[in-house]
Amino acid sequence: MLLLGTLMHVKQISRSPFEVAIAMVVPIVQATLAVYLFRSGGEQHRLIEAAVGAGLMGVWSSVLFGSGGAIQNQRWQGTLEMIMLAPRRPVLVILPITVATGLTGAYSLLATLAWGRLLYGIRLDFAHPAAFVAAAVVCVVALGMFGLLLASTFVLMRNANALTNALEYPIWLVSGMLVPITVLPAWTGPIAAVLPTTWGARALREATTGGPVWPSAGICLAISLVCLTLGGFAMTYVERRARAAATLALA
Amino acid sequence: MDSDYAIEADQLRRTYRGRSGWLRPRRTEVDAVRGVSFTVRRGELFGLLGPNGAGKTTTIKMLNTLLLPTSGTARVCGHDVVRQTREVRRRIGYVFGGDRGLYERLSALDNLRYFAELYGVSPRDRKRRIAELLDLVGLAGRERERVEGYSRGMRQRLHIARGLLHSPDVLFLDEPSIGVDPVAARELRRTVAELAATGTTVLLTTHYMVEADELCDRIAVIADGQIQALGSPAELRHRADGRRVVEVEAYGVPDTAVSALRGLPGVRETAVEERGALQLLTVQSDAHVDVQGEILRELAGVRLGRVSSREPTLEDAYVAIVNAA
Repeated sequence: MLLLGTLMHVKQISRSPFEVAIAMVVPIVQATLAVYLFRSGGEQHRLIEAAVGAGLMGVWSSVLFGSGGAIQNQRWQGTLEMIMLAPRRPVLVILPITVATGLTGAYSLLATLAWGRLLYGIRLDFAHPAAFVAAAVVCVVALGMFGLLLASTFVLMRNANALTNALEYPIWLVSGMLVPITVLPAWTGPIAAVLPTTWGARALREATTGGPVWPSAGICLAISLVCLTLGGFAMTYVERRARAAATLALA
Repeated sequence: MDSDYAIEADQLRRTYRGRSGWLRPRRTEVDAVRGVSFTVRRGELFGLLGPNGAGKTTTIKMLNTLLLPTSGTARVCGHDVVRQTREVRRRIGYVFGGDRGLYERLSALDNLRYFAELYGVSPRDRKRRIAELLDLVGLAGRERERVEGYSRGMRQRLHIARGLLHSPDVLFLDEPSIGVDPVAARELRRTVAELAATGTTVLLTTHYMVEADELCDRIAVIADGQIQALGSPAELRHRADGRRVVEVEAYGVPDTAVSALRGLPGVRETAVEERGALQLLTVQSDAHVDVQGEILRELAGVRLGRVSSREPTLEDAYVAIVNAA
């Protein structure tokens, strides 16, 4: 169920001309942003780290806009009612959508690295290449589960887009995808600690520059499983609320 | 099934509550369905007829678990639609009219595969069931094409195939023939009739009287959120007994003339249907009163086409019921 659902949603998302255009352009912008940020900071040696962080931003954007956008798109298409009408737990219906957005977001990570290499000559020297691949997989799956928690809100809100816009920058900033969280105000620390994106970014950074990858990846996965559990309960609650508030359809 | 009835609705009500504005929020309430009760026997083809905004779709959505009733109860195959949602969903199919409700960038086959998985069709039966349904709806050979390239009729047929994947006991058809060409609509009616003949209970909402008259065992006319009449097509047609219908084709009938027609002695209903430049004026009157001469007198100066007088149809009965609501 999860596998087939994810495959179908990946097909549906990846055939959208809009998504394809975004996927082509955004990684170039992100790679450029990262390179110039670190160059101007005189940290030429950390360019690969910057490219990885920028790529992860792309995965987060894909999950955030994908989870919100996918739910909203399903509402516009009239498919949200049809899938919610299935005699399945709501979590099993929505999780494939959010995991699919994570998977399409993984392309953004790869493309950012590739553009970094092609346009700016960033050398892709990973300290632990195998661990990097594993951490990237963990990140994609984890963000898909985090997306589920977000999606529960989107099922309830007719104007989910407003929330996605508000969440994009704060999360990648607080998670330390591009800027180290040590330079952020202390009050952001607890928020960062409970976000799977923080630990995913750390795991990828450690795989790139050297460091203990597995504890960060493990924490990322653990938090994501908590998100999955909470998301599962939230979806059941939210589905009932949506039936009461009549928000599964456009009108 | 564990009940004598496939569908039981008892005093169903649904109020939509809305809120607009932030600083001075304005709350609105619309009573879409106001105490609807009816039962549908197993294997029956039951029609729900009504004008736009009458509460047909809201009623269907309460019965198929997409909406919670504000009050009242409903059971499908003996299962409560609020408390036993999953039991109900296993037994029902839902098909609505129009272009939406399918994954456009996927092929018909992928759509059916995905929904078969969602609706719990076992992997062993899936391939056979999908092939059967593609044959049934006439899409065999086109199943690998993306839905975005399909015509409206083809999409509607795919909708029906999707709704039947898990062989539901009860099928909800919400205006399935809307926007479908006459040939496709006839095919659709044939498919629906065949389904009912094989024992599937069908609840059909439609605007088209011909469709309801041809297919339905019983019809409930709903207007203003309430059932106004319920019976077989023949019984409903009797509502217009003792009446005569005059139809006039006209061009540019002023509103004042239509109002004047309503005031003529013996006239019971008037309706104007716009057909491009042409207006079809339908006047129902008591059968013993000849109003044709009076009508033509009121329409003096208006360019007229064909004028005819006939026995009332189900549509005339429907208009009479809805106008009386």
